Amino acid sequence: MKAGVVVFPGSNCDHDCYHVLKHVLGMDTVFLWHKDADLKGVDLVVLPGGFSYGDYLRCGAIAKHSPIMQEVTEFADKGGYVLGICNGFQVLTESGLLPGALLRNRELKFICKYVNLRVDNAGTAFTSRYADGEIVRIPIAHAEGNYFASEDVIKELEDNNRVVFRYCDEYGETSEGSNPNGSINGIAGIINKSGNVLGMMPHPERCAEEIMQTKDGFHIFESLRKVIKGVL
Amino acid sequence: MKAQVFVKFKNGVLDPQGQTILGAVNRMGHDFVKDVKVGKFFEIEIEKCENVEEKLKEIANKVLANPIIEEFRIEIDGDN
Repeated sequence: MKAGVVVFPGSNCDHDCYHVLKHVLGMDTVFLWHKDADLKGVDLVVLPGGFSYGDYLRCGAIAKHSPIMQEVTEFADKGGYVLGICNGFQVLTESGLLPGALLRNRELKFICKYVNLRVDNAGTAFTSRYADGEIVRIPIAHAEGNYFASEDVIKELEDNNRVVFRYCDEYGETSEGSNPNGSINGIAGIINKSGNVLGMMPHPERCAEEIMQTKDGFHIFESLRKVIKGVL
Repeated sequence: MKAQVFVKFKNGVLDPQGQTILGAVNRMGHDFVKDVKVGKFFEIEIEKCENVEEKLKEIANKVLANPIIEEFRIEIDGDN
């Protein structure tokens, strides 16, 4: 299988994602330049964190109009796997590949710390290596991670088990105190209806090997490898 | 010719910047100020063309504003 990491001007987690995919998972991995309209035959597209186009206008708003995103949208529409992390999640909501929007954090500050997440759906291609309800520790690093959507959309996400990761305390309970940024229902990551596009604010690529505080992010990439290998 | 586009959060969308500014204004002693909403303002230089309002609406909907969280208002100046 082959993975591609999109590079926008201002992406700054692209090399971390590349490192994890290539050196930790051992996948054939390529960078995909934002001006190119070619996905180079990849089976998985990762939209990395950072500040694409300087976060001008709104986070992810300019990236939506880049040539590579037209390709990514087509790829996703055909069922291709797309993982958006942090700014990548913002690009996915701006592009309409995922519903809702990410607003400024409730406390207005940039937050960079480890958080507890509850895996609320371990039945996806991205999370099959976790257990339902498992508590994992993965760091966040964002100023605009406050997930917002209309009541109807939230209901649809909740009713269909599309909230995949939720901020929680060390016991797996969700509360105002365990919600770092004000996201509705503590939403940290969601998946699209067809189950092939996942967006999340936490950074699994920052904790995917032994040397890190946790290795909890590894299983997302490992789940994807398993699924895609099975498909091919 | 100039167009002006005003973008602001829809009612019901949390605007923590607005709330913070409201707090500062209230602390100045101006308690007649009841709410502050932060928005964006775009001044756009345009050429005269057909359906200009419709085209600007498309630009506002697809680029300047995110219709999920924001609403906009367009004003078009005459020749100046």
